[in-house]
Amino acid sequence: MNRIISKEHFSDKVVKLVVEAPLIAKSRRAGHFVIVRCDAHGERIPLTIADADTSKGTITLVIQDVGLSSHKISALEPGECLADVVGPLGQATRIEKYGTVLCCGGGVGVAPLLPILTAFKKAGNRVVSVLAARSKDLIILEKEVREYSDDVIIMTDDGSYGKKGLVTAGVEEVIKREKVDKVVTIGPAIMMKFVSLLTKQYNIPTECSLNAIMVDGTGMCGACRVTVGGKTKFVCVDGPEFDAHEVDFDQLMMRLKSYK
Amino acid sequence: MENNDIIQSRQEQWREDLRKGKSAKDRIKIPRVKMPELSPAYRITCREEVNQGITAEMARVEAQRCLDCVNPQCVTGCPVGINIPKFIKNVERGNFEAAAAILKETSALPAVCGRVCPQEKQCESKCIHHKMKSEPVAIGYLERFVADYERASGKKTLPDVAQPNGIKVAVVGSGPAGLSFAGDMIKLGYDVTVFEALHEIGGVLKYGIPEFRLPNSIVDYEIDGLKALGVKFEKDVIIGKTFTYDDLHKMGFKGVFVASGAGLPRFMNIPGENLNGVMSSNEYLTRINLMGAGSEGWDTPVLRGKRIAVIGGGNTAMDSVRTARRMGAEHAILVYRRSEEEMPARLEEVKHAKEEGVEFMTLHNPIEYIGDESGRVKLMRLQKMELGEPDASGRRSPVPIEGAIEEVLVDLVIVSVGVSPNPLVPRSIEGLEVSKRNTIVVDEDTMKSSLNDVYAGGDIVRGGATVILAMGDGRKAAQHMHEALSSK
Repeated sequence: MNRIISKEHFSDKVVKLVVEAPLIAKSRRAGHFVIVRCDAHGERIPLTIADADTSKGTITLVIQDVGLSSHKISALEPGECLADVVGPLGQATRIEKYGTVLCCGGGVGVAPLLPILTAFKKAGNRVVSVLAARSKDLIILEKEVREYSDDVIIMTDDGSYGKKGLVTAGVEEVIKREKVDKVVTIGPAIMMKFVSLLTKQYNIPTECSLNAIMVDGTGMCGACRVTVGGKTKFVCVDGPEFDAHEVDFDQLMMRLKSYK
Repeated sequence: MENNDIIQSRQEQWREDLRKGKSAKDRIKIPRVKMPELSPAYRITCREEVNQGITAEMARVEAQRCLDCVNPQCVTGCPVGINIPKFIKNVERGNFEAAAAILKETSALPAVCGRVCPQEKQCESKCIHHKMKSEPVAIGYLERFVADYERASGKKTLPDVAQPNGIKVAVVGSGPAGLSFAGDMIKLGYDVTVFEALHEIGGVLKYGIPEFRLPNSIVDYEIDGLKALGVKFEKDVIIGKTFTYDDLHKMGFKGVFVASGAGLPRFMNIPGENLNGVMSSNEYLTRINLMGAGSEGWDTPVLRGKRIAVIGGGNTAMDSVRTARRMGAEHAILVYRRSEEEMPARLEEVKHAKEEGVEFMTLHNPIEYIGDESGRVKLMRLQKMELGEPDASGRRSPVPIEGAIEEVLVDLVIVSVGVSPNPLVPRSIEGLEVSKRNTIVVDEDTMKSSLNDVYAGGDIVRGGATVILAMGDGRKAAQHMHEALSSK
């Protein structure tokens, strides 16, 4: 169980793992996440499911090496096993035909965004994707995103690939040139905050997917609580997707620093 | 059946001989045994179990205090209906193995119940000794002694199990309700699989109750006993997510017992509650008990503090505040809105907490938390309270004293004001009737839900109760599911 089938380095700090998890592969939908424990003394950390193959019984996880547990998981090699993989957790994305959906992903946020934009495309939407990262080598899954997007805009902070500038510049470019019915944004909290502020000006409904600190991931601990529309919500059972215009991103960013 | 057993077993010759051997008058004169405990100064430096257990000699003397009543009321006070006089009289005559076997007839977890049951409110509250202004027989200590004796002896007696009937039943959650149900159904011959969402079996017994009150090794021993009887356990499986209710049908399960517990921690919805350093008791205890935070070699972190406040007056609040002392808090402060008299926590826990230096701020209620520039809590504002008229719970209700606000410096706050049922399972089973409070609605007599093959018990039905009440639900559900399945 939970065997790593293959591993691919997207960059220095970002790896893609294909993990044997047949039950989860079968039951997961876009937007779901899993809780993973590396070894018997490991933390439980949430990871969004980037892809799944029901025939092979595998799920795909994309991990950015940012701390103890992500470092340990990134270091696993094919053939090794994760101690625990449990899920699928969270509410699945509501997939409907909206018209034009702008999917905006930053850094490793593109991994969880991929199944969502794929589902929107399959539901008959026009999908425009904006991918953003600090530099060219941190742009991930571009080929896969292009496959299910009608148009793709790439933004890098240093201009090493695509257009130079922040993700919001790419988003605004699309909003100005065509009618956008829905925006989905996944990435660092600070990025989602500014995308949300921008789309609010244009009054475009915007969903974000939050990555909060969790322990059990099943609604038990409340570590992942976040304020949405003035009310406390649990990312694990109420989310991970919320109306971005209602999310208190400043509080989310503060809470993400709890253990730093 | 159980009633008959109580009457008949009392008439056995050896019981009569024991009764004749010592007069009731002499039995009443014996003082109640005192539980040996680790010293407070030592125990706050470690996680070792505070209660050390009584010796065989102490147990046999304590058992003599039991008058072997004609109509033993203690049994009516036990949610699972243990034949208490029968096991105690076996202790008296020194037949500890027989005593252990009697406990196992009705309780799947005797070593657990002997430690965490509120006996003072249950079996012991009904003891005949109360009528004679004497302290009740220490039934809980004796139960624990018998279970521990058996474990230490290495001779595990397994209860009788019926011929396998090949009927598959599923249990959702491996806490006390689920384990109790599983134990009864396996004895009745069913093919029982318990699905657990976490990576450890035991539910609240593992993630919630701390090591110093209930060592995990004890829980594992009881679980191993169920495994030996044939109960199958599947970890990391969430019913409603990994498998749906329909999947369970396809897998051949004929009955489902939902015991998924009280997941969602409650907060008070006051300003500053989402500051860093304010967390639920579920989070605090799970990090430490289940995830090993604070122990060498474990990855999960936990915030520490010098001045830790725990909000609430229940057993979980006591567990949290006593854990805080062990995690190095110089000041571990319990904040409770009523007075000590109304506290729902066990008396023993309150006593232990005080011995360990926990500071009690009763008749205080937090109204706001204030953070520093980094977002970490630094201060709590407390409203002073006084007691008014009794409320719906029968306890005198706390009423704010206008203008009486106190500010207390804190660097960690653990909120322990109750839990709501875990929404995962109820939300995922179509047609399952759920109350406004998100509990599963069941027939109180049978524990059957609005769906014919789904029964439920424990906190998912009660919304936050005790280990033993959950176990009682498991027993009741097993009995009625068995009746339904065997009449088909």
